[in-house]
Amino acid sequence: MEEIAMLNIKDAITEHYHLNLDSIGKVDNPRIAGLRKEAFETFRLLGFPDTKVEKWRNSDLSRVLDRSYTFRVEPEPQNTNARDLFRCEVPGFDTTSVTVLNGWYLNGGKLLTTYDNGLVIGSLRAAFTAFPDLVEKHYGRYADFKSNGLAALNTALAMDGVFIYVPDNVVVEKPVQMVSLINMKEDSMIQLRNLVILGKNSKLTLVQCDDSIDDHRSFINTVSEFYIGENSHLDHYKLQNKNDHSTLINGSWFMIERNANLSSNGISLNGGFIRNESYARLNGSGSHADLLGLYLMDRNQHIDNQVFVDHAVPDCTSNESFKGILDDHASGVFNGHILVRKDAQRTNAYQNNKNILISDKAVIDTKPFLEIYADDVKCSHGATVGQLDAEAMFYLRSRGISFENSRMLLMYAFAADIVNKISIDELRNRIDDLVKKRLRGELSICDQCVLHCNAQEQRVAFNIDMSRI
Amino acid sequence: MDQEPKNIIDEVTQSEYKYGFFTDIEMDTAPKGLNEDIIRLISTKKNEPDWLLQYRLDAYSKWTRMTEPTWAHLHHPPIDYQDIIYYAAPKPKKELSSLDEVDPELLSTFNKLGISLEEQKRLSGVAVDAVIDSVSVKTTFSATLEKKGILFCSFSEAVQKYPDLVKQYLGSVVPSDDNYFAALNSAVFTDGSFCYIPKGVRCPVELSTYFRINAANTGQFERTLIIGDEGSYVSYMEGCTAPMRDENQLHAAIVEIIALKDAEVKYSTVQNWYPGNKQGEGGIYNFVTKRGICKGNNSKISWTQVETGSAITWKYPSVILMGDNSIGEFYSVAVTNNYQQADTGSKMIHLGKNTRSTIISKGISAGHSNNSYRGLVKMTKRAENGRNFSQCDSLLLGDKCGAHTWPYIKTENKSSIVEHEATTSKISDDQLYYCNQRGISTESAIGLIVNGYAREVLKQLPMEFAVEAQKLLSVSLEGSVG
Repeated sequence: MEEIAMLNIKDAITEHYHLNLDSIGKVDNPRIAGLRKEAFETFRLLGFPDTKVEKWRNSDLSRVLDRSYTFRVEPEPQNTNARDLFRCEVPGFDTTSVTVLNGWYLNGGKLLTTYDNGLVIGSLRAAFTAFPDLVEKHYGRYADFKSNGLAALNTALAMDGVFIYVPDNVVVEKPVQMVSLINMKEDSMIQLRNLVILGKNSKLTLVQCDDSIDDHRSFINTVSEFYIGENSHLDHYKLQNKNDHSTLINGSWFMIERNANLSSNGISLNGGFIRNESYARLNGSGSHADLLGLYLMDRNQHIDNQVFVDHAVPDCTSNESFKGILDDHASGVFNGHILVRKDAQRTNAYQNNKNILISDKAVIDTKPFLEIYADDVKCSHGATVGQLDAEAMFYLRSRGISFENSRMLLMYAFAADIVNKISIDELRNRIDDLVKKRLRGELSICDQCVLHCNAQEQRVAFNIDMSRI
Repeated sequence: MDQEPKNIIDEVTQSEYKYGFFTDIEMDTAPKGLNEDIIRLISTKKNEPDWLLQYRLDAYSKWTRMTEPTWAHLHHPPIDYQDIIYYAAPKPKKELSSLDEVDPELLSTFNKLGISLEEQKRLSGVAVDAVIDSVSVKTTFSATLEKKGILFCSFSEAVQKYPDLVKQYLGSVVPSDDNYFAALNSAVFTDGSFCYIPKGVRCPVELSTYFRINAANTGQFERTLIIGDEGSYVSYMEGCTAPMRDENQLHAAIVEIIALKDAEVKYSTVQNWYPGNKQGEGGIYNFVTKRGICKGNNSKISWTQVETGSAITWKYPSVILMGDNSIGEFYSVAVTNNYQQADTGSKMIHLGKNTRSTIISKGISAGHSNNSYRGLVKMTKRAENGRNFSQCDSLLLGDKCGAHTWPYIKTENKSSIVEHEATTSKISDDQLYYCNQRGISTESAIGLIVNGYAREVLKQLPMEFAVEAQKLLSVSLEGSVG
């Protein structure tokens, strides 16, 4: 059955591609048109990854490919007001917010906005024509689809997404928040493509939120390319809170130049099938990458974090830390890969993955992998799978704290390692609240999604008398 | 360190095969290639019962449908399986009358390793006088074993003498279709060792292939089967630290260990086969499947290995922890130099409750070599309160080599604890400087530091091996530091 369904979906994609290629690639320059063609051929050969592929052996996509999805080539009407659909307000957190609805950039008809300091935010499709040089220089240069069927699929079919350009010597004070929403009346497959370029000596904080606002099935395949120029700093946050029927493939490719700094923090709170793939290439000496992640999954959810850090040149440092709590039937995968290339001497790389399993039905697969071809390096990794510390639990219980509360407190403390790394206070508080709510089981997505709309002024607190501890 | 011994080592490891064994083509040799007839021939030559022939044929038919695995981090030219002679009766060694006839270079290596005179004679094929030690040792040794009821003989002998035991346990841990090389071995294995420790018996000596003189040339498809019956204990040693000059390029062995209730089996290996020359030409391809099963409750299997030889090592000694409270251990030191490649590690499959496992792996790479650790720790749903600790460290000597770590961890229950940690680093200049300053040459200092690094594993080795293994580490790394 599944086989047939998977064949069907590939056929449907092929048909969609041939039928709509003209409108899909309407604004392509010759290189991008060529890229599309090549990517489609690659996808045709590779297809959707199955569990026979090493990197997918623990994430079975067939469970979400056994149904049909619709594809969309028509842009969203620009008169849709995203605010009517969804609000994601963090108290006291002032952001420049942009919305992507069903894969299309939405901003009341204004497709590209240039701010006073030269910052450009807008639709990638519009940027194809408005900033041909930047697009030519960066688009499709980092996301390698040669052995990645989903990245190939995205490259072949993607039509729009967010384009951000920070010119040289510009520090963007206000964080940019990018909200990707799905609101389709049917099960849909969406290819979203983002391009973020940071010039030299610049700084940007980007918050990338993926949310659902209805209960339909969706399959979003995102490819984001980030170019971080010399001495620049990108603070990148990913917040994932989707319904249980959604599939989210989130591929991020980071090109990090000399003395540049990447700090990426992914928080996955809910979602049917989430796969985050991060590829960070430390391309100039003195660069640094921090890749952090937290996942809290329950029910039948599946989370997969693939992190690849490529130490291509000497004197770079990287730090990876992923933590997760899995309950019910949830399954988690962590696959970290640090590659230290020949001559990338004086590399310092760290990788760690810690997991807590709350239920006997939950499964975790972790594989922290080091591949090292240089000798003057300090690389280490660690992985643990365990439970809440029985002694700590006893300590709390002996002080009259209920089992549920003690458990929650310990889980919260476990997650706090990652949450505390968020450098923006307002955002950290907000995520902290979300994590608490999530741990209390209050965070579930309903049809109307009331979660974000009633943004509280009050911080969420555990109902625990701390004076006893 | 002076130049001379260095040269000797280089020459010993690189020189053409020129002494010791001689090849007599007129011997009992099957034609090249592999097909059902060859398998029938092997089986007939060895006078095997029909069920074993069927087992071989079955394995062969599975093998023909399998493809060679490519997932390991190894590169080698394709192996032509039809270009191999699958059966040759043990070749008689040319006996030398005294050690004076032995290549002095080889003797120098032996001395360096601290191998006793008697053993040197045995290793280099000198006829050993029937009165002197080793044989009398062998005789008393056999008598002791017999008295205890321990069965220890070559695999072929076991097939004739204890067919029921062989039939019951052969392939029960490593099924004939387990993997490509296991299938090949199951089809064509020629000989190996068989060991059975009866109920409640504690084997008083370290069992070693050393004492089983007729098995010295077991060939390239070795098959070992060790059965520890309820409440028994045995420590088994395989291999030796002396350089083994073997003509067969491809080795595909299988070792199966069965530990029943309360039994403990300790298996130690030192492997020092020909690693190829400095340019990476030649050398042994070693594709081994080693697996033990803790079948009964409270049983224990422990693997200790020191891997310094072979051009290619593909080897994952594993333990299936089936019985409740059973214990699995894996201690490994793998050294690669020049163009050697090692992809080795362990698998711990926890099935029973309260099972525990430990993995300590120390990789040392030098020259242009690649050294990988690949391991799997799996806690199944039933394995409540399972516990694993893994530590995989890599030491890099030189900037042309590689060290890789692939730990797979899969946990399916909430009460197990799995920990994995690994580090990769080089010998720090500070340490070397400290030693140099105190008059210790760089080479000796490296030997010292490496031994300290590998100590955790070396101390697991039986006394017989431990001292030699330490020296072996230093010898293997000689010339690796510029």
